[in-house]
Amino acid sequence: MVRMSGAKALLEALKRENVEVIFGIPGGAILPVHDALYDSEIKYILMRHEQCAAHAADGYARASGRVGVCMSTSGPGATNLVTGIANAYMDSSPIVAITGQVPRALIGKDAFQETDIIGITTPITKCNFQVKSAAEIPKIVKTAFYVASTGRRGPVLIDLPKDTQTEEADMNFDERINLRGYHPVYDPHPLQIEKAVQLLIQAERLVIIAGGGVIASNACSDLVALAELLLAPVTTTLMGKGAIPENHPLSIGMLGMHGTVAANYLVQDADVVLAVGVRFSDRSTGNIEAFCPNGKIIHIDIDPSEIGKNIKPCVPIVADAKRALQAMCNRLIEKFNRKERSAWLSRMQELKRMHEEMIKSEGDRIKPPALMAEIRRMLPNDAIITTEVGQNQMWAALYLKVYKPRTFISSGGLGTMGFGFPAAIGAKVACPDVPVVDIAGDGSFIMTEQDLASSVVGKIPVIVVVLNNSVLGMVAQWQRLFYGRRYSAVHLEGIPDFVKLAEAYGAQGFRAQSIEEFRSALKTAMNSDVTTVIDVPISSEENVFPMVPPGNTLKDLILS
Amino acid sequence: MVMEREEKVYMISALVEHKPGVLYSVSNMFRRRGFNIESISVGEAEQPDLARMTITIKGDEALVEQVFKQLKKIISVIKVSILDPKNTVSRELALIKVSTPDARVRSDVINYTEIFKGHVVDVAHESLMIEITGDTDKINAFIELMKPFGIREIARTGIAALPRGMRSVKIE
Repeated sequence: MVRMSGAKALLEALKRENVEVIFGIPGGAILPVHDALYDSEIKYILMRHEQCAAHAADGYARASGRVGVCMSTSGPGATNLVTGIANAYMDSSPIVAITGQVPRALIGKDAFQETDIIGITTPITKCNFQVKSAAEIPKIVKTAFYVASTGRRGPVLIDLPKDTQTEEADMNFDERINLRGYHPVYDPHPLQIEKAVQLLIQAERLVIIAGGGVIASNACSDLVALAELLLAPVTTTLMGKGAIPENHPLSIGMLGMHGTVAANYLVQDADVVLAVGVRFSDRSTGNIEAFCPNGKIIHIDIDPSEIGKNIKPCVPIVADAKRALQAMCNRLIEKFNRKERSAWLSRMQELKRMHEEMIKSEGDRIKPPALMAEIRRMLPNDAIITTEVGQNQMWAALYLKVYKPRTFISSGGLGTMGFGFPAAIGAKVACPDVPVVDIAGDGSFIMTEQDLASSVVGKIPVIVVVLNNSVLGMVAQWQRLFYGRRYSAVHLEGIPDFVKLAEAYGAQGFRAQSIEEFRSALKTAMNSDVTTVIDVPISSEENVFPMVPPGNTLKDLILS
Repeated sequence: MVMEREEKVYMISALVEHKPGVLYSVSNMFRRRGFNIESISVGEAEQPDLARMTITIKGDEALVEQVFKQLKKIISVIKVSILDPKNTVSRELALIKVSTPDARVRSDVINYTEIFKGHVVDVAHESLMIEITGDTDKINAFIELMKPFGIREIARTGIAALPRGMRSVKIE
């Protein structure tokens, strides 16, 4: 037992969780914690909007595999975190959000900057805690980190009334956590593994779908081992991008609404699908009634509620992806002679070639697919890519190949414009030695560009490539394709000059009108220690293809 | 794959942490996922730090399976069981205030109450309050019987249920 204030106990508890950095913005109700931070070794990165603090913590978590921490004051500070927390929840990213709250006696009195952040975040956190007395803080912090980083990962929020931060108490940092209602299952049931292995052996046309769960459980090498053993093509969801190196002969790219031809066709034609760490989101399955019509589905997920939620699998397996994949590999090696699959694999080759064709560029104007391929050529393999949301994201997902897990960070479930840039800042803090590039659109970037300040002042140099088409590109694409070109509220007049904007913040700005200019700008950016914005004007008429119109099956692809 | 689409009433028993916010987490999950609660009753369970919720929902098998899993996913929910109606005792209590303008009506109401093994718990000049306990069908039947007399107010507790015999929904 050590006697100290709640604020000091919070920081001590965070230190015990190996927290090195907090992203946040201070305010009245969190002042005692900031006073304690003055003497702390924990680094505090002052962001310029709380939403960015949450996204930065999320980016940090995804790049490092560790828990990211963000902090804000009560009221508007806390509500500004909400988008970031919801984003982390949808993508199962482990973050701990700490909010100040009005003093205990004022809770419920509609005090200045009081908001019910516990009520607001209940549906978008794994769990949340309001501190009732300072002495609870060590145990609550320990519990929060345990819950955030185990099972299906996700955000946890701790709400700290101001007077619990100043209150002195005898703190016990060794108290055991006690969660009677939380027992994640990691080990697969051997009988289910056996059933799955039987199906895998019999399969003629097998496809593996890898999702974010494979990356979260660090199971990528096991996934590749299994795919090689079975000679199975591997597609990924957006969240699973990076689970298999995309230059691997069995990699067939992303599945879904903007999936590759190979991924969408092979999944629809499969007789067995092994889905690992995926949740069969509508963007991945297309018309769910017609998804993989003749296939038997093996579904591995750590969250039992995902099994049977959207698709009823033939073999459900509740387990950690890594343990399940390893168990399957072990059983297969014992009893398997490598399957003859030449017809299925040559079909795969043929379909993959169609995708490569789409990258070819004609004319002078920069075409996004070719630009993505160029970025890949120039960046080292361990460079981290983040994306915003919309066309930029889908071009990156389709045409920028990723070779390592945790090097592609994108807002998958919530689809949060403005995510990529602050996530890049968080990723750069986690991995300072690799280049971090945010593939952005002009519409997304202006949603969080104020954090150019935190990246410049905090010396966290990242590279933002703005695909500047002066419209909300994906919305415009839908209006062009499905609403008879009736463009409604998509033209972004008044978008700033991004070169000047970057310079105004003390960052570096370039404009690239051709691939050559882009090459030189990116090269300069990679060799400089200040954040760089590269403005790349593209046509506002560009569409992202392939595309499956909403409600259609995965094979109903528009190719051009 | 087409799922079973036959609608039935299911009873779910959930043992939860007895602390503020748990009912909110549970009811919010139902709202958020679009599941309808037919009835819910909550009270302290066998230990003071535990509460037992009995929830009834109407739906098909796939729906009740999702409800079960989503409930289990809530960290303050400790244990969940779907109760098998054949092996479950379920009871509901209703307080019903009936108009009794004259002696004849009053004696009719008292007679029916006795047949249903209810109790008259409050008497006023022109009304009686009746307490009746039983399964939902019995209470519904009694209410139907009282309607012609003129029901002024009804308060129902919702169903409380436990599995019969040694089966239990508790922490091992």
